[in-house]
Amino acid sequence: MAETKFKVNGEERVVESDPSTPLLWVLREQLKLNGTKFGCGIAQCGACTVHVDGAPVRSCSTPLAAAAGAEVTTIEGVAAEDGTRHKVQAAWIEHQVPQCGYCQSGQIMSAVALLRDNPDPSDADIDDAMRGNICRCGAYGRIRAAIKSAARA
Amino acid sequence: MGKWTRRGFIAAGLVGGGVLAVGVGIREGQRAPKLAGLVTKDGESLVNVWVKLAPDNTVTAIVPHSEMGQGVFTSMTQMLADEMDADWDKVTFEQAPAHEGYANYPLGREFILGDTKVPGFVQDSLNGGFLRIAQSMGLQITGGSTAVRFTGMGGMRIAGAAAREMIVKAASKYWGVPANELRTEKSFVHHDESGRSEPYSSFAARAAEYAPPTQPTLKTPDQYKLMGTSLPRFDIPAKTDGTAEFGIDVDLPGMKYAAVMGPPVLGAETARVDDTYAADMPGVVKILDKGTFVAVVADGYWQAENAIRQLEIEWTKTGAETVNQSDIFAAMRTAIEESGGKGEKDVAIGNVSRANAQAARVYEAEYSVPFLAHAAMEPLNATAWVRDGQIDLWSGLQNPLAVRDEIAGAFDVKKDRVTVHNVMLGGGFGRRAMPDYPMMAVEIASDFDHPVKMIWSREQDTQQDWFRPASVSRFKAGLDENGLPVSWDNMFTEKHDPPEASQIPYKIDNQLIQYTNAEHHIRFGPWRSVDHTQHGFFIESFVDELADQAGMDGYEYRRKLLTHSPRYTAVLDAAAKAANWGRELPEGRGLGIALVDSFGTVVAQVVEVDVTGPEARVVHVWCAADPGYAMNPDGFVAQIESGIIYGLTAALYGDITIEDGAVAQSNFHDYPMLRIDQAPDISVEIINSGAKIGGGGEPGTPPIAPALANAVFAATGVRVRSQPIANFKEGLS
Repeated sequence: MAETKFKVNGEERVVESDPSTPLLWVLREQLKLNGTKFGCGIAQCGACTVHVDGAPVRSCSTPLAAAAGAEVTTIEGVAAEDGTRHKVQAAWIEHQVPQCGYCQSGQIMSAVALLRDNPDPSDADIDDAMRGNICRCGAYGRIRAAIKSAARA
Repeated sequence: MGKWTRRGFIAAGLVGGGVLAVGVGIREGQRAPKLAGLVTKDGESLVNVWVKLAPDNTVTAIVPHSEMGQGVFTSMTQMLADEMDADWDKVTFEQAPAHEGYANYPLGREFILGDTKVPGFVQDSLNGGFLRIAQSMGLQITGGSTAVRFTGMGGMRIAGAAAREMIVKAASKYWGVPANELRTEKSFVHHDESGRSEPYSSFAARAAEYAPPTQPTLKTPDQYKLMGTSLPRFDIPAKTDGTAEFGIDVDLPGMKYAAVMGPPVLGAETARVDDTYAADMPGVVKILDKGTFVAVVADGYWQAENAIRQLEIEWTKTGAETVNQSDIFAAMRTAIEESGGKGEKDVAIGNVSRANAQAARVYEAEYSVPFLAHAAMEPLNATAWVRDGQIDLWSGLQNPLAVRDEIAGAFDVKKDRVTVHNVMLGGGFGRRAMPDYPMMAVEIASDFDHPVKMIWSREQDTQQDWFRPASVSRFKAGLDENGLPVSWDNMFTEKHDPPEASQIPYKIDNQLIQYTNAEHHIRFGPWRSVDHTQHGFFIESFVDELADQAGMDGYEYRRKLLTHSPRYTAVLDAAAKAANWGRELPEGRGLGIALVDSFGTVVAQVVEVDVTGPEARVVHVWCAADPGYAMNPDGFVAQIESGIIYGLTAALYGDITIEDGAVAQSNFHDYPMLRIDQAPDISVEIINSGAKIGGGGEPGTPPIAPALANAVFAATGVRVRSQPIANFKEGLS
């Protein structure tokens, strides 16, 4: 079994696993980071979104090998080190976005990446960045409002 | 078990560590409620909705429902805390375990009694009887939009009010002042005249000595402090940082992972399982042929899923292998024709055939809807651990008590040796009311000493669903010389729940609403708002057709038929007003309206559609909703928004089809969901009419499909009589 080294939420990690294993299952089952969710397995729903070297990716369809040597950020690593919520998380609470909440880790990871690259997104920018994330509770209006609120924060 | 002869009661007592517990429950023959046993969670428990007051003056509400995004932990606690005049900052909740003590007594009672007024003298035996029914059915259901209107109104509020009255009584006695000179606020009792103030907890021990009030006084809306306010939900912060624990997140020592595969043609069983290749794949622990499904247990889920895809499975033939979607619709139409106009009656008022004969003319139309899967975001899963005659199950369930009972029965284990651990549900929508998946997890785990977490692939979740039924509905309306209906004649297939779903809100003197059935092998499941999804579409589209036949505006036509109901009219008016109904629209745009009363809440929606692109696109939805009273307005609005998007996804795209007996769709690429760039702006107006409290989770869904279809008609003149609607132009060529 091959060894893969990478950083997760700032910490060096070494895992022994088939390098073709999707990053999602390594995060969840080996590193016990359960905030990243399984939704479809084919990069259609965005529930598994994490950042690899800053870019939002669908971890269900990203092999572990692609994360070798990279910096991975998951929902558990979004808040500041002192525990202060990220402005996107705070806006999510302010707008009472989550309902069942299952898709929200992925939604938040997509939104954090959007605002880092584009601090003042238009509606069309939000559509582009967020259309890969399905929410079956239909919180889209609140997601949009929360992103705009976080952009102003 | 003793005889259930006495009425529902309020119980109270002091339990471990000076905690006062007050509950609404039922008495099993004897006088002393066994509250201590209840709190320690073993032994008999007879109290089903209750509150604990701890020595540090914190208040804990016990909520007998599952959280699946509807905010039930918050709304239930809010109702209790308000009646108790508790300090919201020191109020918390616990989810009730799956135990008979928490069978939904208020729910069971309402289910059967409905609005019926029962004379007081039979009330006692009825209450006992209904609880027994609720318990024997294992009702601990979260569904049917029942939490606020049944558990909240019939349980949480009463428990809170009773606790407050007992504390006031104790304070009055201790201080030697009349109770009516005392004031309660934020978990304190005040006697303003003498300037005395004490926290509730000071009186807990004394309060426990009194018999609880049999009929505590509830607040009137003008006295509400917490009810009617948008308190933030308890469960949200954990859903923004990855710490909320869903079923799929359960992690136990020594746990293995299972992938499963069910028969493509529902109802088939395994005939042969060839594992020559899969058995040697990395991480595979065991391959299990369970007859009705196959499982691969492995060290990791990915390994299990990879291996199961390499199995060669032959399934038995059920005879349904040749059935296609068109056959199912054809069978429904045949059933309607062969009924000869005589089916099971839902409604029979007046004389429809005579009215039709005398009508100026008779107008007819046929509607249909396809099968739908639930597609909750969290794929179905359950973790089970079977050892030493004991079974533990972790899973997101809409009816945990029924699952516990079913496990005990199927695996021949005493009920008290089965523990169901509740976790958050990543969406329910009715799917998680079905017990198939937890049972499968226990079946798999029975082969091991260690726990096994079973996770369904999205493909299994889509194809092994219990589906919103496809159905066909035929209408005939007799119209007078002004185009107003004198008769309403409807025959449809697929009668499920709730029974009133096929009824119309309009006053028409002659009505005959009937159903018949066509056998098919696709299993039925409750799907957000259940039968209201199809009947809302059928009824509200056909009424729109009648308006057009009369040469009238759809909104004005409905108003003419709603003069008997100021409540319906007010809701319809509010939606039309919000949408600025009647305004000029650019080419390719249209407005459509619909009104549906479901689960006690009346909802009207206006859709503005844009048909200039290749697909119909909804620009804006204006919604007016009357739930009687919205306990948590923002939470209610969120539920309505959610119901609209859920219903709109189905109306635009939802289409599960059967090919060669099997479900043809498998994942989000061929069973698409509405996404943010397709989501309309939604405006929701709440009308607190003071009517009996209605539900929130489901009533937003039924009106959206007909409002959309009616808007498409307004924009194009094309009447859409089936779904999905997004590609309606394809049907035109």
